[in-house]
Amino acid sequence: MKNLVSLIAGSLFGVGLFLSGMTDTAKVQGWLDVFGAWDPTLAFVMGGAMIPMAIAWQLTRVVPRSATGAHFPPAPIAEVDRKLVIGSVLFGMGWGLAGLCPGPAIASLSYGGLGGLVFGLAMIAGMWVAPGLRARLDRAVPAE
Amino acid sequence: MQPDWIMGLIGGLVIGLAGAVYLLGNGRIMGASGIIGGIVDGSGRSAERLTFLAGLFGAPALLALFVGAPDTHVTSDIAVLVVAGLLVGIGTRIANGCTSGHGVCGISRLSLRGIVATVFYILAGGLTITIFRQILGVI
Repeated sequence: MKNLVSLIAGSLFGVGLFLSGMTDTAKVQGWLDVFGAWDPTLAFVMGGAMIPMAIAWQLTRVVPRSATGAHFPPAPIAEVDRKLVIGSVLFGMGWGLAGLCPGPAIASLSYGGLGGLVFGLAMIAGMWVAPGLRARLDRAVPAE
Repeated sequence: MQPDWIMGLIGGLVIGLAGAVYLLGNGRIMGASGIIGGIVDGSGRSAERLTFLAGLFGAPALLALFVGAPDTHVTSDIAVLVVAGLLVGIGTRIANGCTSGHGVCGISRLSLRGIVATVFYILAGGLTITIFRQILGVI
C-alpha cells in the first residue's frame, strides 16, 4: 500500500513537472534571470503547488494518522542554522548555472539527452560526498 | 497549447496534489533531494522511496513517448553541468532540502526553515545567472 501511494505521488510529481514546463531549463533560468528576459512561470508553479499542499497540512491537524497508519511529520525541530544557509546558497548557485533542481533532473532524465544525464550523475556524486562535508560543518561550529 | 502561466498553474496544482498524496497517504514530506539523497548515501534506502522515484522518472517518460518530449534546453557545456550538478547535490543535502521539500512543502506549512532556504537559493540563483549570463556572458 505504501509503495502504491509512493508510486502515485511520484508519478503525479513527474506529470506536474512535465506539464508546468519546469523540466525546461530555459524557463527556470528565465525566472532567475531578472535582468534578462524574465519569465514568471515558476511563481505560478510554486503558488499552484502550495494550494493543495496547504490544505493537506491543515488536514493533518484533524486526521490522526496517514492513510497507511504512519504518524505525520512533526513541526521542524532544527533551527535556521549555517548549514541551511550555506547549503541553500550552494544549491542556488548550481540551480542558476544549469536551470535544474533534483525533481526535474529525475523527471527529465528520459528526454534530457546527454546533458541531463551528466547533470544527474554529478548531482548524485554531490549527494554522495555531502554527508562528509555536513559533518565537517558541524565540527566547525563551536559549542554554544 | 495554453499560455505558459496557465500550464504553470495547472502543473503546479498537480505537483501540490502529489505532495498532498505523499503526506496524507504515507505521512511523509515530498522532498526530491531527501528521497534521492537518502538512497545515494544510504541514510534512507526503502522500497517506498524507490517506487516514488520510479514514478517520478517513469510518468514523464511515458508522457514524452505519447505526447512528445518538451525541449529541456540543457546546456551542452559539460563543465557547467558537472559543477552545477555537484553544487545542487551537495547544497541540497547540506541544507536538507530543495525546491520541493523546503519550497513547496515547507512554505505551505509556514516553516521558517523552508522560507529562509527558499529566499537564499533564489537569491543565489538570481545572482549566479546575473553574473554568469548578463555580466560575463558565459552561460
